[in-house]
Amino acid sequence: MRFGGLVAVNRVNLEIPAGAIISLIGPNGAGKTTLFNVIAGIIEPTSGAIDLRGRRMVAPAARSYLEPVIWVAPAVVMGILGFIAVQATGSQAVIAISLLATIALLVTTLLAAIIRPRWYYRLLDRFGIFRSARPSDMVHAGIGRTFQNIRLFQNMTAIENVLVGMHINLSSTPVDAFFSTPRQRREEASARVQARSLLELVGLAGRDDEVARNLPYGDQRRLEVARALASKPALLLLDEPTAGMNPRETSELTQLIDRLRRDLGLAILLIEHDMRVVMGISDRITVLDHGERIAEGTPEEVRSNPRVIEAYLGSPAA
Amino acid sequence: MSGMAHASRGGRGWVPEGLTTFAGQHRSISIIVAMTLVTILLPVVVLVPPFSTFSRQQVWVDGFAISGVFVLLALGLNIVVGLAGLLDLGYAAFYAIGAYAYAYGASPFSGLHIPFWPMLLVGAMVAAVFGVLLGAPTLRLRGDYLAIVTLGFGEIVPIVFKNSDTYTNGTNGIGGVYKPELFGFVFPLTDPWPFYITMAVIVTLVMIFVYRLQDSRLGRAWQAIREDELAADSNGINTVTTKLLAFALGASTAGFAGVFTAAKLTLVSPDQFLFTVSFTILAMVVLGGMGNIWGVAVGAFVLYTIQSVLLKQLNQFFAAINAPVLQNIDFVQYQFLLYGLALVVMMLVRPEGLFPSGRRRRELHETEFEMAGEGGTDTETPEGLSS
Repeated sequence: MRFGGLVAVNRVNLEIPAGAIISLIGPNGAGKTTLFNVIAGIIEPTSGAIDLRGRRMVAPAARSYLEPVIWVAPAVVMGILGFIAVQATGSQAVIAISLLATIALLVTTLLAAIIRPRWYYRLLDRFGIFRSARPSDMVHAGIGRTFQNIRLFQNMTAIENVLVGMHINLSSTPVDAFFSTPRQRREEASARVQARSLLELVGLAGRDDEVARNLPYGDQRRLEVARALASKPALLLLDEPTAGMNPRETSELTQLIDRLRRDLGLAILLIEHDMRVVMGISDRITVLDHGERIAEGTPEEVRSNPRVIEAYLGSPAA
Repeated sequence: MSGMAHASRGGRGWVPEGLTTFAGQHRSISIIVAMTLVTILLPVVVLVPPFSTFSRQQVWVDGFAISGVFVLLALGLNIVVGLAGLLDLGYAAFYAIGAYAYAYGASPFSGLHIPFWPMLLVGAMVAAVFGVLLGAPTLRLRGDYLAIVTLGFGEIVPIVFKNSDTYTNGTNGIGGVYKPELFGFVFPLTDPWPFYITMAVIVTLVMIFVYRLQDSRLGRAWQAIREDELAADSNGINTVTTKLLAFALGASTAGFAGVFTAAKLTLVSPDQFLFTVSFTILAMVVLGGMGNIWGVAVGAFVLYTIQSVLLKQLNQFFAAINAPVLQNIDFVQYQFLLYGLALVVMMLVRPEGLFPSGRRRRELHETEFEMAGEGGTDTETPEGLSS
């Protein structure tokens, strides 16, 4: 990943097996969060790719010059057909209809291009065009994340935050909402039950109606984890989940992360500065410095790696 | 559900606890009951002095029917601005599109005569399509930039209607629009009552719909986008569709209002839909309390009534009692001065509006709430700890 002349993350290979806890450590500015943002689909890498369960999700765009052709081609075909029809019949009605159809087709393809439903990706795929998934597509694909600087919906309550996280698992439409159909009511009720149990899981039982901004700092972090879990991800990205927590809260959260892996079988990618947490629960650790991977291995291997010690403590005086 | 609960906890101490609980649980029923009461009481209240001295009941009811149009517009704009947080300064354009849709569907000008009731839906749908068309190119814009583009759109639409003479009859507008008809009964021009009742029914339905939307999956997605778009995106919300739906649903409400206006006035002309209308609606939403459905409805009703009825009557009132100086002022001319004053005072004294939503109030009185809220002081974290 390159920003102008700055290489933020350079050729880092990272493999996250199902059900594993992989940690990402490194000094400040090493590129950990940048790597996270690439994985979550927020920034498109200048080179390299993210594959998720065998599917390519994020990579530099390929053959994107072909995309505008897809937008206009149906309309052009319609326009030509309409033109032929007008030549043949010469009636006013045919002119109007073919013109309307052409415009409607153009608008439809353009709308599809900005809304990007699943079938649009498949269509692009058929023409060998690649467009990176957006953050919301990554959530659909099974990635949940938290942010380093908490990004809760501050003025919404705890349970509403979790319900937003459940968005992709709910299916009610505005029409359902209008008629308040039994399906919609059932879905809402069960979503609330699930949201409450998620809040309980992270240790926020009974604080459902508390506004997010009024929660203490540690609880806000936990709420973010609950919100990320609500989309039922296969891979959870946690960006410094214990930052700003006291030792007791930290150990509670560490246990929670461990439990998530054990009970829900989640794969977890963890950025963390607290070495007790990292060494305690990680299966493998990747160490970044200046965007480069300087070490990779089990906690024991990383702990004794001379380059890691150098990066953290500085090289011995010559 | 929770929105109501918060509102009652914070600001409505004078309403009995049991009543608010009931209203929270059976919202649609309480909206219907409340709207029925309002619909019955309003014409009665104006028979009582001092209102009765201003004008006859007939005139009042006529004013109420039109004020319903503004209530609808405010409810629609509230979806876009209050819930989804997209500042739209050209909202009157959709109102115009709805009105012209009906004028095309039912007037001697086009030669068609499609009945009013299906046209109500058609007008809403046409407006919604234009809502999407406006929304699509502006999706990446936020705040001021979005406001400028929507402002431009709001200017373009009436100008197009004005200048394409052959299709819209230009500045003269389309006249002789057919009146609504119900089971063979044609709404008479001079009698405001059928329009008044129709309007009350439409407002009730739209209000129920907006309330249900607000508490649905979509409503939460709107609020999430308003709070933090990136976080919403990272939680699986397709921000594009969600914003487009906000534009479309907001516009369709304006479409309803447009169709109704065209049928009521039997005339549509470009100068009914100028920027002042967009501004007035926005002022209604802000003064009423952005994000709170009852708030904006009441705000719109009160403002319209003041502007259209009270200001006009003030002149006659002061003239009648021979008040010095005051009797020479034409208050209608100072309408926007008064709006401006009201807005400035509101922003200083009560920025969340007259009847704010709990959420908006929290946002604008951040500091006080944080001090009151438990653990509020913990929210500050030393920057050094998070790398």
